[in-house]
Amino acid sequence: MTPRAFDEMGGFGEGCRPCYAALKRWLDEAPAELLDQRRKEAELLFRRIGITFAVYGEQAAQERLIPFDIIPRVIAGNEWRKLSHGLEQRVKALNALLKDVYGHREIVRAGVVPEELILCNPYFRPEMAQLRLAGDIYVAIAGIDVVRVDADTFYVLEDNARTPSGVSYMLENREAMIRLFPELFSRQSIAPVDGYPDELLATLHSIAPRRGEESCVVLLTPGPYNSAYYEHSFLADKLGVELVEGRDLFVRDETVFMRTTQGPKRVDVIYSRIDDDFLDPLAFRPDSVLGVPGLMLAYRAGNVSLANAVGTGVADDKAIYSYMPEIVRFYLGEEPILQNVPTWRCREPEALAYVLDHLGDLVVKEVNGSGGYGMLVGPAADAATRRLFAEKLKRRPDNFIAQPTLALSTCPTFVGSGIAPRHVDLRPFVLTGADKVRIVPGGLTRVALVEGSLVVNSSQGGGTKDTWILGE
Amino acid sequence: MRIRVSHTTRYDYSPPAKSAIQLLRLTPRGHEGQHVRHWRIDVDAPCRLKAGEDALGNITHAFTLEGPIQSFSVTVDGEVETQDSAGVVRGTVERFPPGLFLRTTTLTEPDDAILALAGEVREAMRRDPIVGLHDLSGMIHARMAFDTEATTTATKAGAALALGHGVCQDFAHIFISAARVLGVSARYVSGYLLRHDGLVVQEAGHAWAEAHVGGLGWVGFDPAHGLSPTDAYVRLAAALDYHGAAPILGSRYGGGQESLDVSVRVEHARRQIQS
Repeated sequence: MTPRAFDEMGGFGEGCRPCYAALKRWLDEAPAELLDQRRKEAELLFRRIGITFAVYGEQAAQERLIPFDIIPRVIAGNEWRKLSHGLEQRVKALNALLKDVYGHREIVRAGVVPEELILCNPYFRPEMAQLRLAGDIYVAIAGIDVVRVDADTFYVLEDNARTPSGVSYMLENREAMIRLFPELFSRQSIAPVDGYPDELLATLHSIAPRRGEESCVVLLTPGPYNSAYYEHSFLADKLGVELVEGRDLFVRDETVFMRTTQGPKRVDVIYSRIDDDFLDPLAFRPDSVLGVPGLMLAYRAGNVSLANAVGTGVADDKAIYSYMPEIVRFYLGEEPILQNVPTWRCREPEALAYVLDHLGDLVVKEVNGSGGYGMLVGPAADAATRRLFAEKLKRRPDNFIAQPTLALSTCPTFVGSGIAPRHVDLRPFVLTGADKVRIVPGGLTRVALVEGSLVVNSSQGGGTKDTWILGE
Repeated sequence: MRIRVSHTTRYDYSPPAKSAIQLLRLTPRGHEGQHVRHWRIDVDAPCRLKAGEDALGNITHAFTLEGPIQSFSVTVDGEVETQDSAGVVRGTVERFPPGLFLRTTTLTEPDDAILALAGEVREAMRRDPIVGLHDLSGMIHARMAFDTEATTTATKAGAALALGHGVCQDFAHIFISAARVLGVSARYVSGYLLRHDGLVVQEAGHAWAEAHVGGLGWVGFDPAHGLSPTDAYVRLAAALDYHGAAPILGSRYGGGQESLDVSVRVEHARRQIQS
């Protein structure tokens, strides 16, 4: 069994924490019928907005509504301040790592990270070597997944440094909550999140290669069949930029242009939501029809910026993750503010032996997996599943890491039987421009709706909540 | 040896294409045993030919054409002075440590057949890597039949090995894939071969592999012939696989059927002067 979890509202049982006081009072006073009615309204609202996502691997790949829980997750202002410092530090280190990885690889020379983990990493892109990026920004948009285990300790679970999604939920959830519960927002000071599109746009403009001109930003999507297409169109709309597919762009003389009814228009910054593999058939997968032939030529010539940069996946790889505390110290000379989950790298024989002996206590993840696919939650798995997984693990040990099952904090959540604690995580979004770092106070809180479950991914039955950062 | 190369690739579109973009890795660099006497590249259509270098240090030229494009050709012409170095390649431009060439790529991803092939030379490798790699090259040469119809540029190493048929590209991919399984850095090399049978006009360029061996550095292996490259080889570009070293990669927008006509002449420069 997992140890008893810290509850965001009740702590370890010492009573309601101050940041939840107003919400608890309201919950206690509100009649059950009212809450029930608001839940139904919330569902209608989300159906009308049409916020959906497709679940890969499901029959008929239908678009599904991610369940929304109306009880918000509340974080006190002072807690957020510390958390956001930690996030900023983390992303600074990620950017420094990437600059180094595609530069002189001092971190390898210093013996901190093995060369093989970088050069043979599937997300490492040799094409990025010796490229100078505007402001040295590789990860302009990060969605760092953090979990909490007690009043003071946040762990980083994953550094999503490629194309983190979910920010549309942060914005939509807030809009829904303001409509459904205006009285809650008048009772206390809750930091707004609706400035996110402006902050994102400013970040994207700040990395434009041409200085002193109005830069043209576009959002590049793989198209309507992508699970996050809703978010792509939502964000393009909020940003006021064109939503384009690969075929809408072309490269001429190492410059990217967009086809428009008024003729070609030069593009300066591409907010790319396409995997690197598909970006440019001349550089990566030759069979890609989603990308732009010659894009890497324009990129290497310094005529266009990409956010995030190509090849950032090497930094959010789970094997690299295990070195993050050393990485923070190496580049910043500081102690990491946020904790790293202790990680066994199965590529190391002693670690593999330990993991095989303790499969029942550990979470085992694929090094390059995401979305909760292909992982084993030891305590929740039966013996047969564990045996099968052990075989997989022995075949490709370097493909896996293992971590202890953390007691993720819980949040009061509406379930069939009333209000009950459910495990949550938090994905705040960190924007890094050539000028400064911007973090909108808030994020996406994901909740595992199944009792006792620790898997919050929407593809695995997770829901979302609005996240409130209280004023101090 | 002085080798003269003349290589033309002609594209025809019907109906015409609206635009085209190409990336060429068609210019050799000099290194020990290879001196480029002169080399020119020509595209017979109005465009800016932009010279550059890719991340691995290969010389590139890129250009875009605006349509309507009915046809165009890319021609290289040059002369290279070569010396035999028993396959050992020194003095090349290297942008990465050899460890990079342990990476797996889509085209060189090992499957069970490749793993089995690698297993057959593992013991020899342990005793002497050079012997093991020559064994590997020889085994590929013995088991694969040269066949220009069996595979395409997208055929993976394992698939070609299973077919038992392929072109020099497939032979090289199989070698690279198996070498990497054995922990040896290996890479794909594209270039030209002066054929000893005197065949001057060829259907395509050549491709082989290089493996990194402690104490020697990069050593060439040509599994299509079961030999190490000699002074009859002109080295154009090296990369993780065909896709990274391809002499021409292109894409076009609009247009109908594309037809391609390739002519490669590789000959002794002397003979050219005499004729």
